[in-house]
Amino acid sequence: MSGTACACQEIECVEIEIDYSLLDKIIRDDYGGNREAMIMMMQAIQRLYRFLPEDAVKYLSQVIEVPLTKIYEVATFYASFSLEPKGKYILSVCTGTACHLRGSGGMVEHISKRMGIAPGKTTSDLKLTLETVNCVGACAVAPVVVIDEKYYPKANIATLNDFMDRLNAE
Amino acid sequence: MIEATQTAISHPEVAKITSPSGVELFRKELQSRLDPNAPLIIVCCGTGCQAAGSAEVVDKFKQMLSGTDWNGKVIPLVKPTGCHGFCSRGPLVIIEPQDLFYQQVTVDDVEEIVNKTILNNEVIKKLQYKPANSKEVIPKASDIPYYAKQTRLVLKNIGKVDPTEINDSIVRGSYSALASVLTRMSPQQVIDEVANSKLRGRGGAGFPTGLKWESCARQEGTRYVICNADEGDPGAFMDRSLLEGDPHSVLEGMAICAYAVGSNRGYMYVRAEYPLAVKTLHTAIDQAEALGLLGENIMGTGFDFKVTISTGAGAFICGESSALMASLEGKVGRPRPKYIRSVEKGFRDSPSNLNNVETYANIPDIITNGGEWYRSFGTERSSGTKVFALTGNVYNIGLVEVPMGISLMEIVFGIGGGIPNKRALKGVQTGGPSGGCIPIPHKIPDINVGYGKLAEAGSIMGSGGMIVMDEDTCMIEVSRYFVNFLVEESCGQCTPCREGLIRMREILNRITQGEGREGDVELLTEIGNFTNNFSLCGLGTSAANPVLSTIRYFREEYDAHIRDKKCPSGVCKPLFHYDIDAETCTGCGLCKIKCPVKAITGEKKKTHVIEQALCIKCMECYKNCKFRSVKIM
Repeated sequence: MSGTACACQEIECVEIEIDYSLLDKIIRDDYGGNREAMIMMMQAIQRLYRFLPEDAVKYLSQVIEVPLTKIYEVATFYASFSLEPKGKYILSVCTGTACHLRGSGGMVEHISKRMGIAPGKTTSDLKLTLETVNCVGACAVAPVVVIDEKYYPKANIATLNDFMDRLNAE
Repeated sequence: MIEATQTAISHPEVAKITSPSGVELFRKELQSRLDPNAPLIIVCCGTGCQAAGSAEVVDKFKQMLSGTDWNGKVIPLVKPTGCHGFCSRGPLVIIEPQDLFYQQVTVDDVEEIVNKTILNNEVIKKLQYKPANSKEVIPKASDIPYYAKQTRLVLKNIGKVDPTEINDSIVRGSYSALASVLTRMSPQQVIDEVANSKLRGRGGAGFPTGLKWESCARQEGTRYVICNADEGDPGAFMDRSLLEGDPHSVLEGMAICAYAVGSNRGYMYVRAEYPLAVKTLHTAIDQAEALGLLGENIMGTGFDFKVTISTGAGAFICGESSALMASLEGKVGRPRPKYIRSVEKGFRDSPSNLNNVETYANIPDIITNGGEWYRSFGTERSSGTKVFALTGNVYNIGLVEVPMGISLMEIVFGIGGGIPNKRALKGVQTGGPSGGCIPIPHKIPDINVGYGKLAEAGSIMGSGGMIVMDEDTCMIEVSRYFVNFLVEESCGQCTPCREGLIRMREILNRITQGEGREGDVELLTEIGNFTNNFSLCGLGTSAANPVLSTIRYFREEYDAHIRDKKCPSGVCKPLFHYDIDAETCTGCGLCKIKCPVKAITGEKKKTHVIEQALCIKCMECYKNCKFRSVKIM
């Protein structure tokens, strides 16, 4: 059984194939349909699609019998959930105190300007999502930028420009 | 001989430990197989070192060692460990048994280390540690002031054990405190010993741990033991290092607590931003259960304790106890009023004992050595040691563990090595977004670090973030940063916190943009006091601390921003500009090279000039001038 979900946002239309057997595995097998594990289930679903597709969330609501509004509440309360599709690359700038003191704010501004996206948003070609994270705990090598889970210590505008140049060349 | 050791350590031959005395026997067995003189290469793999490339260093060592002809010599073991704490010098490599300390090691250095140090016992000078402003190298880790001036109780195993290998922890004494609790102590005796230690909650509020356990144990019904590992303070990473470097101390502490309060279910609530900690914990729990040290029928005594890991989803407020428990139940993390405490009705409306990671990690040693021993560290009202994450404008960035009551100046200068770039110290921020800034050394000469003393100074102990700020830090901008953080993280259910923070942010934004008005400081004070007095939970009642403490100590900076429209520290861009001092400029031209927008002109050996219309105030010239000729105007 499979279906498609259209996540029409201000960006181009993305069609997502939902594999319900995978959802069943997460919801029923891994977490036994236990409502208390809802946040962990949502994290697992987000790992599959890199965001929470509407149809997957609706299915979760049916199976564990939690109203969709409650799931929406949780999805919008916690910073790590996204109801919008994410880009191919996720660039997170650490804005913890140590990184802030060493200019991470300016780096966020720089990427925002150059890629035309606000923090938390994705470019219209779905290549890049810009995020900020409160602290990754690598204060000794501040400011830190994380691109697809790889840490870039002592990052600066030049590091970011290199990455964005490569991205634009793709 | 060493071959046998390596196999024994990595592939335990024992099935389950079926009696408390079995732990000691197993430990002796493991110890007897260890050769203290065997060569060992320890590589720090904490997040700081990993960010600097330590995982690649480990791989390269393994590859080199297998490709080398050892000619009958003992092959050294490569051991990746948790965070050694000296993050600013990472990646760190320690060669045993010589205790040789190498710092800032890259993949390219590995071959040289193997060929020279390992094979020929030759020291590589360029990798050795030299303190700032000194020409003498310090060869041994244990002689480096950064380590020598600390008192490492909680951190004692970190950097020594491989966190993914339980036997390595057992050799160093893990689970022997649990074994002795299960054989010779009643739950009440455990509680009494913890109470006797006067240990206070290390999460920040400082509630006496023994008292909390006592009230939880008095309740009826199913009880839960919960570990708060939702370390959300920006600039703090003590708990993460403990979980990644020595998970068994924390798990053992939880198990001892479970025995004391009469629980058999434990939950570990970990921040999802710490993937390595989550992975390490899963491995640690699996290994402990396989040995019969956790899970069902622990050490054959009939005591069950099962620990489940739950990951947070990126909400700072979930570090608050009632919000954390709501989140564990799969709900949004909104705190509730605490007229009924969570030790009576917490998780699933049942009695729940919640402590922080560092608190639990202190327990095994308190049991083994006694509460009185623990009280011999620290002060009368704040006993024991505390781990701090020392960051900001200081030479030695990393984790430091010190006895309570130590002087703050000693932490910054004695352990931290002082302030880099010839700058002056302006203050130290403790307690993260809920804390305040202590203006040492100018306005308060020094302060002894303890729960009470920090509160008197308008800050809090907090979970252990300690951010050193130099003269180039604008205190208004720092307050704005913390208030902005809290605006994002406030759950929004109570008005004083939600609205108070937003109004304070508005005012601080205006001041830093050069649009401050007379009366702003008074208004901030009024809103701040209101927010602190009338909010529902701990986040709200401390939310204004960063603002109130900077007003208390740095009022003149507020006045400079508001009245003179100047940012004396050169941070708030609309409120300053750079100028080159003609008297001291030597015309070296470095600023001209560094300027990314070509705003600086001047001939060699003649005074340079900044074209103000082009300048983007990026600080490059200011930071790089060797003669401090670039001035903030």
